[in-house]
Amino acid sequence: MIRLEPRLAPSRTMMWGTPVLAVIATMIAGGILFAILGKNPVEAIWTIFVDPILDPYSRDELFVKAAPLVLIAIGLSFGFRAGIWNIGAEGQFIVGAIAGAAVGLAFYGTPAIWLLPLMALAGMAAGTFWAMIPAFLKVRYNANEILVSLMLVYVADQLLRAMVAGPLRNPAGFNFPESRLFHDSAVLPLLQGMPGLTQYTRVHLGVLIALILVPLAWVLLRKHVLGFNIQVMGSAPRAARFSGVRPSSIVYICLGLSGALAGLAGLFEVAGPAGQLVPALPQGYGFTAIIVAFLGRLNPLGILAAGLVMALTYIGGENAQLDLNLPRAAISVFQGMLLFFLLGLDILVRYRIRFGARGIAQ
Amino acid sequence: MKLLKSLGLATALTLATGGVMAESHSEDPLKVGFIYVGPIGDFGWSYQHEQGRLAVEEEFGDAVETTYIESVPEGDSERVIRRMAQDGTDLIFTTSFGYMTPTLRVAEQFPDTMFEHATGYQRADNVSTYSGRFYEGRTVQGILAGHMTESNVIGYIASFPIPEVIRGINASYLAAKSVNPDVEFKIVWVSTWFDPAKEADAANALIEQGADVIMQHTDSTAPMTIAEATWDGLEQGETGIYAFGQASDMMEFGPNARLSSIIDNWAPYYIERVQAAMDGTWESADAWHGIDQGTTTIGAFNENIPEDVAAEATAAMEAIAAGELHPFTGPINKQDGSVWLEEGETADDGTLLGMNFYVEGIEGAIPN
Repeated sequence: MIRLEPRLAPSRTMMWGTPVLAVIATMIAGGILFAILGKNPVEAIWTIFVDPILDPYSRDELFVKAAPLVLIAIGLSFGFRAGIWNIGAEGQFIVGAIAGAAVGLAFYGTPAIWLLPLMALAGMAAGTFWAMIPAFLKVRYNANEILVSLMLVYVADQLLRAMVAGPLRNPAGFNFPESRLFHDSAVLPLLQGMPGLTQYTRVHLGVLIALILVPLAWVLLRKHVLGFNIQVMGSAPRAARFSGVRPSSIVYICLGLSGALAGLAGLFEVAGPAGQLVPALPQGYGFTAIIVAFLGRLNPLGILAAGLVMALTYIGGENAQLDLNLPRAAISVFQGMLLFFLLGLDILVRYRIRFGARGIAQ
Repeated sequence: MKLLKSLGLATALTLATGGVMAESHSEDPLKVGFIYVGPIGDFGWSYQHEQGRLAVEEEFGDAVETTYIESVPEGDSERVIRRMAQDGTDLIFTTSFGYMTPTLRVAEQFPDTMFEHATGYQRADNVSTYSGRFYEGRTVQGILAGHMTESNVIGYIASFPIPEVIRGINASYLAAKSVNPDVEFKIVWVSTWFDPAKEADAANALIEQGADVIMQHTDSTAPMTIAEATWDGLEQGETGIYAFGQASDMMEFGPNARLSSIIDNWAPYYIERVQAAMDGTWESADAWHGIDQGTTTIGAFNENIPEDVAAEATAAMEAIAAGELHPFTGPINKQDGSVWLEEGETADDGTLLGMNFYVEGIEGAIPN
């Protein structure tokens, strides 16, 4: 007989081991799926998981795709540790992109080195502001921040549509709802010439900044009193209050921080790969980042790895469509499998599998 | 050592000549790639482009090798387009407006690759643009709708307020008005190209407001299905709500309700361009074909349409194809009453491409 037995403490081995197990399980189940579709399973898995790492061009793209996910997920992880659930990072991402783009367009044609920093500040400020709405409503009226922040995503999306159709519309663009292309000073420089990157790389300065923020976030979380307060607040709110932590300021700090980083990610997207404000800009990064945050165990280093794995499934999936003519739907099922196994196997962190009859209590 | 060196040299030479030979080998199939914004599915915008791809395969057989990738989000398409170019694809069709800037960026880095961007307005030496004059089909639909409505209220489900959609509304309205002066348009904007639930809500709302003919500029079959449902349990001689197929024929979704359809038929253009690429005569150009070349194809008429109405619509279709009738021929005023086109004047393509106003008689404002 197989049964699950609770562990006395969460297993550290399993905490980092289950993601690996999940990837292996996905490869097996996915391989069966691809075989049923008449494709060579080994070739398909290789195309999805290995080719993007070996191919220098796809490798660049991994970082471009992972950067916004990592940036947003790091911000979210602080709140999630404190039990503050910001589900609306997508909205903060969008308003960050709008504000940054508006600044860039306001100074259209101005060659200035201060323009990008100004745009970044505007993006972060807008993201923070958007996150302050649920924070204020939570602190003041005890409104549920999950609902408020989520609803504000749809408001932000409508705002984006209104802006590209109205004030920020390209005057020479035949009335199509999109902004003009930013001029050079408002576009993030590409890291061309950096060792390891291809000639036509799309890796931009924002990717580098996201990478730099990973260790900084780790230090803040592990070595700084703020990180300590956040963790105490999450695991023992009463104890936190006794030790002088003010819950309301933690709410403001956590939502503000995640809003700022989501806004910055939005600005990086609009001033990086997009180069203009378009209604199709939001790709759901704000939602995917929630998954990335948990996959990475709310740990900045884990989040970096999780973001890269997530990007790998996107890019590998596209390559599989092109090279092997796998249908898009099969790729989506495959991505779903990965998440299913990752979350499902999490049970091994807190439980262990026992075979045979129940033993004596330990 | 010397032997090794010369061996190496010989190998290098063989490789080099082999490479040259492979390149000059003209029997290599032309690689043609397609990028779709939605899933291919069974009908709609991307499905019609896929039909064009299949027609290319059918036409050229082993002389072409086609690839495609579906559901590529517009905001994240540059990577996919570039990947296709890097794979040595010779001719790439990017089939949605939002691919415009990414296509131009990739084209700049791959000057030897030919690109074709659908519905855009920016070209380069190796980037052509193409679209369909679907508003010509709207004129035919407007004539049918104007005659077939009994309530004189025509419902219109619109997606986004871009020139393409506004052009369609104006062309339909002008045609309907020309055959039925009492006709009134009710327009619902759904802010999506494909959302069966929203489109169904819009159709129901329009029917509640008295519309008995529904036109749509969205991709799903939901409005057609709703219209078809009104035909259930009708007595002999009674009629339900009518609708039109959009992008695909949609006949099977509304055997009673479907009056006609606008079918996007890209096959003739795709075959023409692939042929040009093979012959080495491909050049950057702007193609905007309509009924004349079949890009805008009008689906079969419903049997309930009286003969004289069908004849009138067919005549309009033929006159447009022959270049004798322009759907936007003056006198036409703008919504605010100001003159847009004088008597006998026809609209130029530039104005049509940037159309952001209703013609006189349409009520309501274009959302912003």
